[in-house]
Amino acid sequence: MSGTETAIVVDEIPVPFKPGQTILEAALEAGVYIPHLCAHPEFAPHGSCKLCTVIVNGRNASACTLKAAAGQEIEVDTPDLHAYRRTLVQMLFVEGNHFCPGCEKSGNCQLQALAYDSEMMTPHFVEFYPHRPVDASHPDVLIDFNRCIQCELCVRASRDVDGKSIFALVGRGMASHIVVNSPSGKLGDTNFSVADKAAHVCPVGAILIKRVGYAVPIGERRYDLEAISEEASRCAGEEVR
Amino acid sequence: MSDTSEVVLQALERRRAEPTQLLQILREVQEELDWISPETTHSVAAGLGIPATQVESVVQFYSFLYEQPRGRYRILVSDNITDRMLGSLTLFEHMLKRLKLRRAEASADGAVSVDLTSCTGMCDQGPALLVNNRPVTRLTARRVDEICDLVRGDVPLAEWPADYFRVEDNIRRADALLGSRYEPGSGLRAAIALGRQGMLDEMKRSNLRGRGGAGFATAVKWESCRNAPGAERYIVCNADEGEPGTFKDRVLLTSFAERIFEGMAIAGFTVGAANGLLYLRGEYRYLLEPLEAKLESMRRDRRLGASICGAQGFDFDIEIHLGAGAYICGEESALIESLEGKPGKPRIRPPFPVTAGYLGKPTVVNNVETLVEATVVALQGGRIFAGHGTRHSAGTKILSVSGDCARPGIYEYPFGVRVEQVLKDCGAADVVAVQISGPSGICLTPDEFRRHIAFEDVPTAGAFMIFGKERDLFEVARNFTYFFAHESCGFCTPCRVGTTLMRDALDKIADGRGSRYEINELMRLAELLRRTSHCGLGQTAGNPVRDTWLKFRPAYERRLIRGDFDPAVDLDAALTRAREIAGRDDAGAHIGAEQ
Ligand SMILES: Cc1cc2nc3c(=O)[nH]c(=O)nc-3n(C[C@H](O)[C@H](O)[C@H](O)COP(=O)(O)O)c2cc1C
Ligand code: SF4
Ligand code: SF4
Ligand code: FES
Ligand code: FES
Repeated sequence: MSGTETAIVVDEIPVPFKPGQTILEAALEAGVYIPHLCAHPEFAPHGSCKLCTVIVNGRNASACTLKAAAGQEIEVDTPDLHAYRRTLVQMLFVEGNHFCPGCEKSGNCQLQALAYDSEMMTPHFVEFYPHRPVDASHPDVLIDFNRCIQCELCVRASRDVDGKSIFALVGRGMASHIVVNSPSGKLGDTNFSVADKAAHVCPVGAILIKRVGYAVPIGERRYDLEAISEEASRCAGEEVR
Repeated sequence: MSDTSEVVLQALERRRAEPTQLLQILREVQEELDWISPETTHSVAAGLGIPATQVESVVQFYSFLYEQPRGRYRILVSDNITDRMLGSLTLFEHMLKRLKLRRAEASADGAVSVDLTSCTGMCDQGPALLVNNRPVTRLTARRVDEICDLVRGDVPLAEWPADYFRVEDNIRRADALLGSRYEPGSGLRAAIALGRQGMLDEMKRSNLRGRGGAGFATAVKWESCRNAPGAERYIVCNADEGEPGTFKDRVLLTSFAERIFEGMAIAGFTVGAANGLLYLRGEYRYLLEPLEAKLESMRRDRRLGASICGAQGFDFDIEIHLGAGAYICGEESALIESLEGKPGKPRIRPPFPVTAGYLGKPTVVNNVETLVEATVVALQGGRIFAGHGTRHSAGTKILSVSGDCARPGIYEYPFGVRVEQVLKDCGAADVVAVQISGPSGICLTPDEFRRHIAFEDVPTAGAFMIFGKERDLFEVARNFTYFFAHESCGFCTPCRVGTTLMRDALDKIADGRGSRYEINELMRLAELLRRTSHCGLGQTAGNPVRDTWLKFRPAYERRLIRGDFDPAVDLDAALTRAREIAGRDDAGAHIGAEQ
């Protein structure tokens, strides 16, 4: 199984790969965790959050976009990379408005889980406190843009799976933000449905289903019970999410 | 004023109602209507059959497209450090005051707005501004006053003194490229005589390396594109020239345009591409008509079109696309996105453009200067070309010299020239620093002036900005960091957030509230950006601060407070509103008053 022509080495562990797989896909399938946030097993890679930054044969690369190839020796868990990941998570926290104790996604949120994983204790930077209004216009779904991390998963899901293109990322630099495609800019004015794929892909608490909140108490949720890296090792080969 | 729907319809028709032409359509519509209204957005979206948000994503990405009215006269003052050194900020403030405006806000009568913009590529004849995409050079207080009067008098641009718009080439030193006489068509005929493979072999022999910055071997790029599977191929000329301090492509586009186009055609001939695209930065909009006229005349004498110079099967033509104020569109994959009518965000690479570029087809992206050099290679042959310059850097390089010197302008040297030679030739004295290749490049100090301009020593895309002894290198680094924060495309976390964090830390130091803590943070962020950013913009955005902190420490140290740390938030100031509400201003209502 671990013939060198079909295996990469991740932190000294041989990891087999299939042709066409990315480093991240191969590693997750083998139960080797590489932190990631904007990648999703059902969608083409995006490569924007940079949490999956690894060192491949001495060069920095994004594990979610680079294809696995024989001869790759990959470093994931180095002190430097660990510190970079923590800083990147802190950047995402201060860029938006994240008040975890009041968030319905707490415990199920991947940003929060990665904050734990990277041993983040504080946001560290001065918060930007952007002004981002909440959109509660839709009967079944709430959007709180304060928590958006611009992964474009909702954009990808609505365009590529639902065929509706309800979301788009507009603007440049720090002014980048998600908008809704309707004359009023409100979700309630679209044909968005709670059954859409896009209603269920947000890794943070930005897109939330109404009236199901707090069914599971905080403290007993997904990442409350099991760290994101442990879940990934346990669910080797399965499509977790 | 023209009717919106009519203007939109005409633009759609000119551009065949193709979504890949979205940026060009919006740009053309705005030239007539002054801004992109919600009505325009919706009719463009409807006309192209795309979501309105797709139109918004383009409008909001490009600095020169406006979602709010910006007046009939839209003035943008170039904000490169070289403009600042010539007093641009004072002139900018003066203009705002004279016109009673706030930055970037249109006047109440809808006549005019004034804002700053990234380097407009007139560093050798600044300070400069753009008014409705037309450059005005050599600004003085008097010229600014005159402009204010013309604006207030509602005088059409066509009636403004022509001298305002005069742009000089300022070629101070010419060598193998700028100094050679070129007979139109000679490069094409030489390439045809060599044949496709023969031309590629000459390119290999020449060792020509890309002039856009990265120095990639041009023959390797061409060959990979030729060998990539696919029926259609594209040649893209990168005329985005966004790196502050660079203006040599402007001169090539002004006075050597036919050679650029012939170079593109030679590339097309060699790799088997029939289509060329030239991506012209929005700041050079004023060059569009002269360039189009050149294309027309070349088509007339069969230097473009079908069977070029009578050679069967040598078909090639060129289309010009304009940018709209986005430095990132110089990055080759962002440029291709922009050519496809989208926001200019760098793609995931690999695949590289040579296999999957414009519309997913194999594409060569080359800098303007590289393509002109291809005509030199065709004429001289590769061996003679490789005989100039150094072993690893063949040929000559055109430098854009600006800043503190007597003779700013264009200097062409064989590769290997020492920095001190350039300084001598341009009449620079008491130099403390030279910024080579723009903000993303490297800052050299006098002990490094014996180094050579060459890929193996000091590589450059062409910018050569000189700083004399009275200049403050901290302010230089801050200007560059503002530039990066403004130009980050926002795609990746480190660059989007990190450039802003760096900018804010520098502002804190500038305010006299920074300590060693901020320096450590800046160095940490610079390293994070270098190692994790998605593209070259983010990867180099920390360079200016890192370089100047290493080389001009006193410029920082004299601003730092002694203590370990000063909080970013001024707690007492944060209570201002609370004091107002409570109607108090006694000592007890202030934090820190009791000590
Ligand atoms: C942020 C950024 C901006 C760039 N701007 C330009 C530019 O304005 N002009 C240019 O020719 N290359 C620019 N480049 C380099 C291009 O990506 C590409 O390498 C070049 O056009 C290739 O042409 P060459 O091989 O002829 O040098 C830029 C790269 C980056 C990362
Ligand atoms: S989405 Fe996640 S990170 Fe954001 S507030 Fe909720 S729990 Fe916290
Ligand atoms: S709303 Fe959620 S899914 Fe959409 S971009 Fe923001 S974080 Fe990603
Ligand atoms: S998971 Fe790779 S960049 Fe986001
Ligand atoms: S934001 Fe564009 S490179 Fe990072």
